[in-house]
Amino acid sequence: MRDREHSSGRGSGLSRRAFLQGSGAAVAATAVATQATEAVAEAKKPSRLKSSKAQKVVLTVNGKEHTLMLEPRVTLLDALRNDLNLTGAKDVGVSSNDGADTVIIDGKAVAAGTRLAFAEQGKNITTVEGLSEGKNVDEVITAFVKHDATQCGYCTPGFVVAVRAFLNKNPGANLEQIRKGLGGNICRCGTYAGVTAAALELCQKGGA
Amino acid sequence: MKSFEFADPRTETEALELMGDNPEQTAIFAGGTDLIALMQADVIRPDRVVDIRNIESMQQVYEADGGVMVGALVTLDDVLENPLLADYASLVQAADAVHAIQIQSSGTIAGDLCHLPNCWYYRSGYGLLAQENGKSLPELGDGRYHAVFGNSGPAKYVTATRFAPAMIAWGAQVRIIGPGPEDEEVLPLEHFYKTPRTERQGTTVLKPGQLVSHVWLPRIAGAVSGNYDVLQTAGLDWPLASAAATLELSGGRVSDACIVLGFVAPTPWVSQEAASALLGQPVTEETAQLAGEAAVSRATPLKDNGYKVQLAKTAVKRAILRSAGLLEGGL
Amino acid sequence: MAEETKREHTWGPRADNVLIGKDIQRIDAADKSSGRAKYSADINTPGTLYARLLTSNQAHAKIKKLNVDPATQVEGVRAVYVFPTAYDIETGESKELRWDGAPIVAVAADRPEIAADGVRAIEIEYEPLPFFVDEEDIEGAKKAEEETGIKRLKSLGDNKKGDVAAAISDAVVVHKGYYGVHTISHMCLEPHGSHCEWQGDDKLEVHLSTQNVSGTPGQFSGALGLDETAVHVQSDYEGGGFGSKFAADEWGIACAELAKAAGKPVRLMLDRATDLKIAGTRPSGFIEVTIAADSEGNIVAWDSDHWGTNGTGGGTVRLSGIPYVFDFANRNRKATGLVCNTGPNRAWRAPPHPQLCAMTQTAMDDLAAKMGMDSYDLFMKNLNQVSKGLADRADVYRDQMKIAAEMIDWKAKWHPHGKGGGNGPVKRGLGLALHTWGGGAGPCSCLLKVHRDGSVETFLGSQDIGTGTRTVIAIVMAETFGLNLDQVKVNLGSSKYPKSGASGGSITVGGVSSAHRRAAQDALWQIFDLVAKKFNVPADALAARGGKIVSGGQEVCTWQQATALIGPMPLEVQGVNGRGTKDGLTSSTVGGVQMADVSVNTEDGTIRINDFVCVQDCGLIIDELTARSQVYGGMIMGISYALMEERIMDNHTGRYLNANLEDYKVPRIGDIGNLQVKMYQPASEYNRGVVGLGEPPVISPGAAISNAVANATGVRVPVLPLTPQRVLDALQKGGAA
Repeated sequence: MRDREHSSGRGSGLSRRAFLQGSGAAVAATAVATQATEAVAEAKKPSRLKSSKAQKVVLTVNGKEHTLMLEPRVTLLDALRNDLNLTGAKDVGVSSNDGADTVIIDGKAVAAGTRLAFAEQGKNITTVEGLSEGKNVDEVITAFVKHDATQCGYCTPGFVVAVRAFLNKNPGANLEQIRKGLGGNICRCGTYAGVTAAALELCQKGGA
Repeated sequence: MKSFEFADPRTETEALELMGDNPEQTAIFAGGTDLIALMQADVIRPDRVVDIRNIESMQQVYEADGGVMVGALVTLDDVLENPLLADYASLVQAADAVHAIQIQSSGTIAGDLCHLPNCWYYRSGYGLLAQENGKSLPELGDGRYHAVFGNSGPAKYVTATRFAPAMIAWGAQVRIIGPGPEDEEVLPLEHFYKTPRTERQGTTVLKPGQLVSHVWLPRIAGAVSGNYDVLQTAGLDWPLASAAATLELSGGRVSDACIVLGFVAPTPWVSQEAASALLGQPVTEETAQLAGEAAVSRATPLKDNGYKVQLAKTAVKRAILRSAGLLEGGL
Repeated sequence: MAEETKREHTWGPRADNVLIGKDIQRIDAADKSSGRAKYSADINTPGTLYARLLTSNQAHAKIKKLNVDPATQVEGVRAVYVFPTAYDIETGESKELRWDGAPIVAVAADRPEIAADGVRAIEIEYEPLPFFVDEEDIEGAKKAEEETGIKRLKSLGDNKKGDVAAAISDAVVVHKGYYGVHTISHMCLEPHGSHCEWQGDDKLEVHLSTQNVSGTPGQFSGALGLDETAVHVQSDYEGGGFGSKFAADEWGIACAELAKAAGKPVRLMLDRATDLKIAGTRPSGFIEVTIAADSEGNIVAWDSDHWGTNGTGGGTVRLSGIPYVFDFANRNRKATGLVCNTGPNRAWRAPPHPQLCAMTQTAMDDLAAKMGMDSYDLFMKNLNQVSKGLADRADVYRDQMKIAAEMIDWKAKWHPHGKGGGNGPVKRGLGLALHTWGGGAGPCSCLLKVHRDGSVETFLGSQDIGTGTRTVIAIVMAETFGLNLDQVKVNLGSSKYPKSGASGGSITVGGVSSAHRRAAQDALWQIFDLVAKKFNVPADALAARGGKIVSGGQEVCTWQQATALIGPMPLEVQGVNGRGTKDGLTSSTVGGVQMADVSVNTEDGTIRINDFVCVQDCGLIIDELTARSQVYGGMIMGISYALMEERIMDNHTGRYLNANLEDYKVPRIGDIGNLQVKMYQPASEYNRGVVGLGEPPVISPGAAISNAVANATGVRVPVLPLTPQRVLDALQKGGAA
């Protein structure tokens, strides 16, 4: 029987080298590069640090670049809604657990209220508006209409985006996977039955 | 959310430098899933936010020193998908129990390990110790989600980490860097957590200017593991209690065991009692049940949260059974 | 006009319907699903400012000191408004703040985060006053009243019928039980709020998140000292109301005042915590019941005493609704309201039927259990004792009970309470409940226009709160004119349109469908007369089908040819439904039965819904797809208050502890189990016309699920929601843990 001190003492042979090896390998191929990085660190520092004042921010949303003047504290959600008038993503609460503000960033479902606009520059941001441009209407939207997956509709755009991101990752998901993966979206009216039917139908078609 | 400066370092060294100017007033942005909410509620009010997501050295999972190194920025998605972590079943199960693709895509290991308490008093501005006029609010008010272990001091909240129990049960080591650019230390993850006695003390050993860069998990030949979160709802929800077990078996009997509970104490709670109860035993419904009972034998519930003792017991039992592949469907 | 007597407003024969009663997709579903639908929270007219509130962190207090000057000095802050309900800025006199979250100051700024800076800069000090928030604790309320002299109890009367004492002493089985349901918040996903924009000093444009477009301009104008003509309220889409969005509200007035002071439009939406705390709650109810039956299971006596709170009003669930659906020859009831320092109540979907049902039919279920009788049989048997006004619905209930029992396979699956067997910790059980609601048609006026090119549109000051109002109106017009849905246009959501009732109480569908049927038929008859004259056919033989005007199956002309006869100006017809209009187009009083099959894990207290069925009538169904959605929605909201959601007040600080979406738990997509909805629609239902449906399906889930849990475990978990804490505590008490 081990005493408390040893309870987590497995692998105590771990060397400091392991961390260094890892981080070194990941950062760059050679020590020279590391030194070079350090040498210019001072010069680079100003560009890494931004003041708290409003400044230029370039966001790439639905394939278009937008230049805004924003303080670093402005959330991506506020920038989308208030500055770009892309109001499909909704502001439902300060916590990140309601899903109404779901957008897709570089292929992943993200709650826009948990990101700073400043930090999402250079990334591909897709909002719900990007899922129905012109005649290209995403199948998820069509399925939501067919299965009456909307009531008041306030949670719906976030749900649509979440389903799209979910299907991209799990094109052939089953009911259990749908119920788990989409647990981050709240609907108050109770459209879950319709959303489930819509998602299930798309999974049966291979995630269309 | 008050205004702040923003920095996005590309290396660990840069990060430490940017944190070093005013370490007490600097917050780290990793996944963002909680930081923004904390700042919007004015629970924390940093002057500077350092976004560490672009530090490549902290994004990787790789073999190292007979184990696996997990960068601080590794996401829940990575845990679910990276083949190097597939053998750490308890970790994968912990990630799988976060029922939201939005959090799985953004949430990071270090963000989870450092997650501040969900205590509703803390989140409403009553401080980490949730006191008013020197009296403990969870004790006098409503502590239904609060600690049933380790609560004899002023801290009554429960730790909010979902991964530390599984990692501690595997014997994880954590690498902390800073505050100086060359400073680093490696310590058992179990020792990373502490229970504050004053408001100024934090929930971990991290000092201002420090951050978690990596977690290292040993490979233990033949070890099995399991994690169980007691969740009220089937959606994104904080566990009411959780437990993780890592077991070594020899000749059908448990030769070594580490069992760690989550969401029951201000820190992840290593249960010697549960491990002892299991040593030398085969894993069965009965021995798992006994280990669960042993785990809670010294629980000290508050006036409202006696039910959590039952949940802790159940979580331990199920984590053990799951380790051995014996947990049946449940609900 | 030939044979005027035939021109009565009626629904057509069911078999002839092309659209009515079918599964018709919501006409605004694509706009909602694609993010194009604009809610009040989405309005961004140029220059819009954003408002944030300073709210009370005290349950009961006065303001000792308030200094808003630092807020006005924050760069980017454009206006500051002090709520007169909190503090008189002229005299420095504080009003009583009577609950956590009461608004004190609103700050408008260029950006929301700057408004928050302004709020943070405000200096405030409170003088705390005694408070009481423990709504379940009637003894505590008495004590608090004695200690502070502040009134905490309000008698809501009692009411006696027959001889309860004698009936109880003669009864074969007597059961005494305690049941309750906690307060919940409306938690609309779109918070309460508005966007206000002035045009000059005397015209106000309001985008209001409201269920009451026609009724709210006067609330703004009155408070702002304007003519009612000066205020225009617009609400194209509303993100959930459930009974909590009928008013302009003091924060709506604040928004208008800020906009006026700043000379710019202002958007003020409540933050989530404040919305949960002050923008509407459903009252709680806790009840002690004695219920007795004869040896056959006929209930012979009911004796109850209940209490609860609706906030500082000192009300609770109404006395006259107890017992629910049923009434018994010997029946006593009594109620007491608790005055609590909690946010005020508002109508919550089917007020207060969900509580009445959960406080009545749980006791009936326990009585059956005590008798060793199947609850189904006890409920069936006592359907000869339904309350006044429901007597002629008893057979419908019996029919619905049978259908629901078949759907869930009740007779095969039922077992006596706690006797389901199985070795593991998971216990399975069945529960049922039944409900009633009025749903009579509300007031509605519309202006319907048929243009000479054949296009059709209507204007009305109603609103679509997610119930499908737009779609229902379009279906009625298209069906009447024999057109496709895309040939009719529905304009609603503006107070400039003919006034229409608030959408609450399931009165909207009856109001708008009957008003539009009348208007459309009147218009059609005028068109028939023109066609009859032009084509020399009898007008009374004409019908509109498939885009054509036909007579005896033969096409007379196309719809466009017919409408071309209207002339250069559109044909305008007013359609009206008055409250209480009775011409057969609508009716009232609906019923339904719900049965739940749940699993309870006795080790961890978690509950999962396996199957949950509902058989629901609602007269003539306009759109079966959206009707079913209403029922699904009601059942899911019911699962929510049965298993998860409640307002948690802290007896020590007096604060609403879980005013956030992590701790205010509601079901997610994985929590609903397998829902099955059967719309009950024999010819008798079609023939009675349209009845509202929004409220009824949310009524039964509390009792049905609680009964299923009791059936599974053999232990009653008395108070909703049935959280793991309450389940485990009850099991421990009941000796089953």
